[in-house]
Amino acid sequence: MTVLNILVLVCLSYVVLLFAVAFGADRAARKGRVRWLRSPVIYTLSLSIYCTAWTFYGAVGFAARSGLEFVTIYLGPTLVMVGWWWTLRRLVRVGRSQRITSIADLISSRYGKSNLLAVLVTVLAVVGTTPYIALQLQSVTLSFSAFAAFAEPGEAAPLADMQSTALWVAAGLSVFTILFGTRNLDANERHHGVVMAIALEAVVKLCALLAVGVFVVWGLAGGVGATFERIEASEISRFEVSGGRWVGLTMLSAMAFLCLPRMFQVMVVENEDEEHLRTAGWAFPGYLMLMSLFVLPIAAVGLDVMPEGTNPDLFVLTLPLTEGRDGLAILSFLGGFSSATSMVIVAAIALSTMVSNHVVMPIWLHYTGGAAMMSGDVRNVALMARRLSIIGVLFLGYIYFRISGGGTALAAMGLIAFVGVAQFLPALMGGLFWRGATRTGALAGLCAGALIWLYCLFLPSFGPSVFMSDALHAAGPWGIGWLRPYALFGAEGMDPVLHAFMWSLLLNVGAFLLGSLLTFPQPLERLQGAQFVNVFDHSGTLGGWSGGMAQSEDLLIMAQRIMGAREAQALFSAAAARQGVAGYLPEPSPDFLQELERDLAGSVGAATAHAMIAQIVGGAAVSVRDLMAVADETAQIMEYSSQLEAKSQELARTARQLRQANEKLTQLSVQKDGFLSQISHELRTPMTSIRAFSEILRDTGDLSAEEQTKYAAIIHDETVRLTRLLDDLLDLSVLENGQVDLNIQSGTLEALLDRAVRAAGGETEHFTIRRDREAEQVALATDLDRLAQVFINLISNARKYCDADAGGPARPSDGDRGSARGGFHR
Amino acid sequence: MSPERVPVFLARRSYRRRRVADAARLSAAGGRDPFLRAAALAGGADGARTVSAMIYVFGLWAVLVVLSAVLSRHLRGEEDERGGEDGGGAQE
Repeated sequence: MTVLNILVLVCLSYVVLLFAVAFGADRAARKGRVRWLRSPVIYTLSLSIYCTAWTFYGAVGFAARSGLEFVTIYLGPTLVMVGWWWTLRRLVRVGRSQRITSIADLISSRYGKSNLLAVLVTVLAVVGTTPYIALQLQSVTLSFSAFAAFAEPGEAAPLADMQSTALWVAAGLSVFTILFGTRNLDANERHHGVVMAIALEAVVKLCALLAVGVFVVWGLAGGVGATFERIEASEISRFEVSGGRWVGLTMLSAMAFLCLPRMFQVMVVENEDEEHLRTAGWAFPGYLMLMSLFVLPIAAVGLDVMPEGTNPDLFVLTLPLTEGRDGLAILSFLGGFSSATSMVIVAAIALSTMVSNHVVMPIWLHYTGGAAMMSGDVRNVALMARRLSIIGVLFLGYIYFRISGGGTALAAMGLIAFVGVAQFLPALMGGLFWRGATRTGALAGLCAGALIWLYCLFLPSFGPSVFMSDALHAAGPWGIGWLRPYALFGAEGMDPVLHAFMWSLLLNVGAFLLGSLLTFPQPLERLQGAQFVNVFDHSGTLGGWSGGMAQSEDLLIMAQRIMGAREAQALFSAAAARQGVAGYLPEPSPDFLQELERDLAGSVGAATAHAMIAQIVGGAAVSVRDLMAVADETAQIMEYSSQLEAKSQELARTARQLRQANEKLTQLSVQKDGFLSQISHELRTPMTSIRAFSEILRDTGDLSAEEQTKYAAIIHDETVRLTRLLDDLLDLSVLENGQVDLNIQSGTLEALLDRAVRAAGGETEHFTIRRDREAEQVALATDLDRLAQVFINLISNARKYCDADAGGPARPSDGDRGSARGGFHR
Repeated sequence: MSPERVPVFLARRSYRRRRVADAARLSAAGGRDPFLRAAALAGGADGARTVSAMIYVFGLWAVLVVLSAVLSRHLRGEEDERGGEDGGGAQE
C-alpha cells in the first residue's frame, strides 16, 4: 500500500512539475525570452511524441511476440527524418508560408480551401485518433493496476477502479490542454508551455527506458554478451520476418509519421525555424535508436524471468517490480505516464483545432448567419469551440476505452490507426509535388482509401459479430467471396494490416490520380497548387540559392517594366553609388528594397509592389489574401481612371462648345461693327445737310424768302428722312430681339392699298399705279399698319427710283387667305 | 576583396551547398535500401538469428545518424560562413 501511496504522490508532484514548467515557459515567452525555447533541441524532443505509450510499453510486447519486427515502426520515421531535405523541408516551408494550422487545413488549402475536404480529413483523423487516445488511457490504467497488483498481491484491481483512474487522467489532461493549449486564439502561434512540457516528458521517458534497459542488461542478465545469450536462448531467437511485412510496416510507419495529426502539429505548426530540421534530421533518428535499443533485451529477459502468462506489454514495469526495485519501477511508470500524456495533449490540441476550425465554426457561422459579428465575439466562440472540442475528443477516447474494455493488445490498435491516417498521404504529397492534383482527385482518393480502411481493418478490429457478422467475414457480403474484408479481390492469406494497407493505398492513389487527370481545377486551386509546388521558388531559403546580384538583376528587370527603363536604371545606379558598389546593380539591402517598393507602389499600388518584391526577394510567399488585395487595388485604380476619363471627356465637350460660342460671338461682333459703321454713315448724311442749311439760315442775313423756304424745306425733308431712318433702326432692333408685337386687325386688301397709295402721295403724271380691283377683294387678318407701311415703302421707292416707261403689273402672286404671306412680281 | 570577385565566391559557395544537399538526399536513399534489405537476412544461411540482425540494424542505424549529423554540420557551417560574410559586406 505504501508503494502505491508513494506512486500517487510522485505522480501528482510530476503533474505539478509539468504545470509549473508549462507555466514558466509561457511566461518566459510572453516576456520575450524565447531564445532557449526556440532551440533545435527542444524541437527535436517535441517530435518524440511519436513515441507514445504504445512505444514505451507496447514495443516490448511487440518484440516479445514477433522479435525484431517492432523496429520497423521506428525505421520509417528515421528514414523520413534523414531524408528531411526532400519532403519535410517542403512541408514545413509550405506550412509556415501559408500559416497552416493543421493537416486538414493544409490539405484543404492546397485544394482551393475546400471545406468539404477539411471536414473529411477531420472526421478521418478523429476516427483514427480516438482509439489511440483510448490506448493511452488504457496504458496508464494498466500500469497503475500493475502497481496495485504488486502492492496487494492476490487481489486484482477491480474494474471500477481502473475506469475511475482513466477518468481522472482524462480530466486532468483536459485541464492541462485547455490551460496551455488554448491560451491564444491564433492556432498558428507556438504553444511554448505545451512544447516545453513535452520536451521534458521526452527526456523523462528516454531516461526511464534507458534506466530499465541498463538495469536489465547489466543488472539482470549480467552484461552484453550474456544478454545476447539470453536472446539466443529465448523464443524470439530466430529472425523470422516476411519481407513483405518488414517493408510494408516500414513504409506504413514512414507515411503515418508524416500524416499523424499530432506529428503534423509538432513538426509543422509548432516549428519555429526551418533550420531546426537540420538538427532534428540526425538527432531524432538517434533518439529513436536509443528508445528501441533495449527493447529486445527487455523482451527476452522478461520472457525468461517472468512467469508464464504475464502481459509482455508491461515488462518494462513489472521486471523492476518483481526484482524489488521500486524506485526504478516508479521512474518507469513516470516514463509511461509521460509518453501517454504528451501524446494525448498534442493529439487533443491538433484535433480540437481541426474540429473547431472546420466543423464547429462553419456550422456556427452558418446558423448565426455570420452577420456583422464583432471580432471579439468570434474570438470567444472560437476559443470556446476549441475548449469544448478538447473535452469532446478526450471524452470520446474515454468512452472508447470504456466500451472496448481495454482488451486488445496495444500494438494492434496503433497499427490500425496508422493505416487510417496514411490515407492522407496521396493527397498531401500529391498536393506538394504535383500541380495537376485536383480537389476532386483528392476527395475521390481520400474517400476510397477511407472506405477500404473502415471496411477491411477498422470495423473488423472490434472483433467478430460487433459490426460485422461471422458470416460476412467468412463468405463476404451477399455471399460474394471476393468482397471478404480480409481477402479483398481474392488476396487471401495476407496479414490483415498489410492487406488493408495495400488495398486502401492502392485504390486511394488510383482514385486520386484518375480524379486529378479527369477533372479541371478551380482557379483558386490552381493558384494554391502553384504556391505549394513552387514554394521554394518564391519563398527562398534564408539567403537563398542565388547570390544578391542575381536578385538585383531580377529586380531591375521588373522595375524597368513598371517604371520605364531610364528611370529604373537611374534609380538603381544611384542606389549602387550610395552603397559604394561599382556598376549599376546595388546590393538588395532592406533600405534599398523599401525605397524600391515605395517607388513601385506609386505606379502599381502598395499591395502589388509588395507582392512583386516579395516574389523576387522571397520574403513570404504571396498568399491569396495578398492577391485579393492586389485585385481590389487594381479595381479601384481602374474605376478611378474610368471616372477620370469620363470627366476629361466632359471637359473636352465643354471646351468645344465654348470654342463654338466664341466663334459665333466674334462673328456677331464683326457684323455689329459693319452695321454700326453703315448706320452712322446713313445717319451722318442727312445730319450733315441739316447742319449745313441751318448754319446758312443762321449766318447769312440777306436771304430771300424763297431761298429761306427752300432751305427750310430741305432741312425738313432731311429731318423726315432721319426720322424714318431711326424708325427703321428701331424696327430692326425690335425684329432682331424677336419681340415684335403684332397688332392683329382685319380688313380687305383693297382698303389697305387705298390707304397706302394715299399716304405715299398718290399718282402723278410720271407715276401711275395700275390696280386689279377684283383681285384685291381679299380679306386680311394681320397687323394692317405694318403691312400698309410695306406698301407705302414699296410705292415711294418705286416712285423715287423707277423711271421706266411702263412696267409690268406688281401684284400679289398668290394670297394665302388669313395670312400676310405673299410676294410681288414686277 | 574587390567587388569583381564576389560572384566567384557566390558561385563556389552555392555549388558546395548544392553538393552537400545532394549528399543529404543520397544518404536518405542510401539508408533506405540496406534497412529494407535487412528482411533478406531472414532468408540467409546463418542470418536467421535475431542477434545478428539486431547488430546489423542498429549498426546501420548508428552509421546513418552519424552520417546525417556530419552532413547537417556541413550545411550549418556553410550557413554561418555566409552569414558572416554578408554581415561584413553590409558594413562596407
